[in-house]
Amino acid sequence: MSGRPGHSCSGVFVAGVPLVWLLLFVLLPLLIVFAISLAETRTGSPPYTPLFTWEAGFLPRIHVQARNYALLLSDRLYIDAFLSSLRIAATSSFIALLIAYPMAYAIARARESVRTPLLMLVILPFWTSFLIRVYAWTGILNSNGFINNVLLDFGLIKAPLPLLHTEFAVHLGIVYSYLPFMVLPIFAVLEKLDWTYLEAAADLGARPLKAFLRVTLPLSLPGIFAGVLLVFIPALGEFIVPELLGGPDTLMVGRVLWTEFFSNRDWPLASALAIGLLVLVLVPAIVFFRLMRKEEAA
Amino acid sequence: MKNRSTFVLSMLVFGYAFLYVPIVILIIYSFNDSRLVTVWSHFSARWYGELFKNAQIGEALWLSLRVAAASATVSVILGTSAAFAMRRMRTLFSRGAFEAMVTTPLILPEVLTGLSLLLLFVFLGETLGWPGQRGALTITLAHITFGMAYATVVIRARLSQLDPALEEAAADLGATPWRTFRRVTLPLLLPAIFAAWLLAFTLSLDDVVIASFVTGPGATTLPLVIFSSVRLGVSPQINALATLLVLFAACTILTATLILRREEMQAKNMK
Repeated sequence: MSGRPGHSCSGVFVAGVPLVWLLLFVLLPLLIVFAISLAETRTGSPPYTPLFTWEAGFLPRIHVQARNYALLLSDRLYIDAFLSSLRIAATSSFIALLIAYPMAYAIARARESVRTPLLMLVILPFWTSFLIRVYAWTGILNSNGFINNVLLDFGLIKAPLPLLHTEFAVHLGIVYSYLPFMVLPIFAVLEKLDWTYLEAAADLGARPLKAFLRVTLPLSLPGIFAGVLLVFIPALGEFIVPELLGGPDTLMVGRVLWTEFFSNRDWPLASALAIGLLVLVLVPAIVFFRLMRKEEAA
Repeated sequence: MKNRSTFVLSMLVFGYAFLYVPIVILIIYSFNDSRLVTVWSHFSARWYGELFKNAQIGEALWLSLRVAAASATVSVILGTSAAFAMRRMRTLFSRGAFEAMVTTPLILPEVLTGLSLLLLFVFLGETLGWPGQRGALTITLAHITFGMAYATVVIRARLSQLDPALEEAAADLGATPWRTFRRVTLPLLLPAIFAAWLLAFTLSLDDVVIASFVTGPGATTLPLVIFSSVRLGVSPQINALATLLVLFAACTILTATLILRREEMQAKNMK
């Protein structure tokens, strides 16, 4: 099948245009970020020192320094930002898993006629604006927002609870925004699961809980891993959620990068943070793609 | 046994309530007359009226729609050719390298994509003098880059399901590669291309982080307007706008799904 003669001319065009685009708009920008992370900040336009200068002679003089990286590894602020990004992403993925698993399970066991609308309802929020869905929570969590109003009206609390601008709200926002990413892969695995295994386990005398823990759960692990990574990876670099729902002390790398870039105009330091974030995201991403490839092969 | 299914069912109800209650509350409060967004006074469509009079939002919406339509269109063209290119690549290395580059925008955090593209535009502006000024064009270029990545994934999935015998039959009957593509492959791919376009369009219409980095003076897209207003707190006009956007998105997706489903049914019946 692959022995068809290559239509070389159109083939070059078909592969060439996207390739050039990717090299120009994906690879080159990342290289520039790395290069600028080695520069020094200065006032002016652009606000960083040039990496090369041409002086008398043939060779350019190279000005690079790793001071920004040294700062990232020594300053408490940046270390904390990386650590709390990891922590918030991990706990949010775990909470999302606890909510999504029973949902995916129920959808997979539902009658086929209800399954599609139920799935549709999980996917639908993904198509509506992320920004608006996060914003919706500000009106709910506010000190004079929906939850506090209801609790005050019923006399359950005396003073409004501080819900908005907390780390709790950030977790809530991330779980809410990325829940569909957790439900879908778990559902995909459970849907294909051979339920006769469960019947066999029951016939052999296993109680439902034991059968679930020993049969269903292990068989759905690939879906769980995929879902956790699909929540964990975007959560690591999240900016909108901590910005709108987090407090001033909620540090996440995405937000610190934003501040360094827009408020402090320190482009080299923002670039170094970006490279750090890239390294942080690359590890789970590679795990994810390995997992997918293994699934495909199986 | 009974207990377990009650547990699963109540978790299902909880899950859907969690997904939808915030949006429903937002919609209800958009019809609240009071300026104090969270204190209910009485039903009114007052904020919708003010929204339609808001020229800034109207302009931003128009810009966003143009950027989204242009970037989604280029995205599916590039995505389709990337999907074809990947099918044709024979060596594991070239396919692996290409695949890695296509999927990179999918996993890059938005702040990183935004920063890297801005630095690229600054660099190009200084060395080539282009783009002279950042604005709608640079936002479109940035949106094409991630839209293309999503489009490639969607179209490639469909392409790998196609029966190669159909294309071979066309070739055997003497159709040129271009004719085979236009008359056989493209029609079969259309549902996926349509879905990819819609996805790229939606993502572009929703993007605030990347646009914040690569925009320039005068180019304010709708998400940028919403974001700058929302950062200051809850606003009744934004509630009304959000309601319209959410309802519009829901209607579009439901219609699109129904159309695609009907197409699929027809295709099955034809077989």
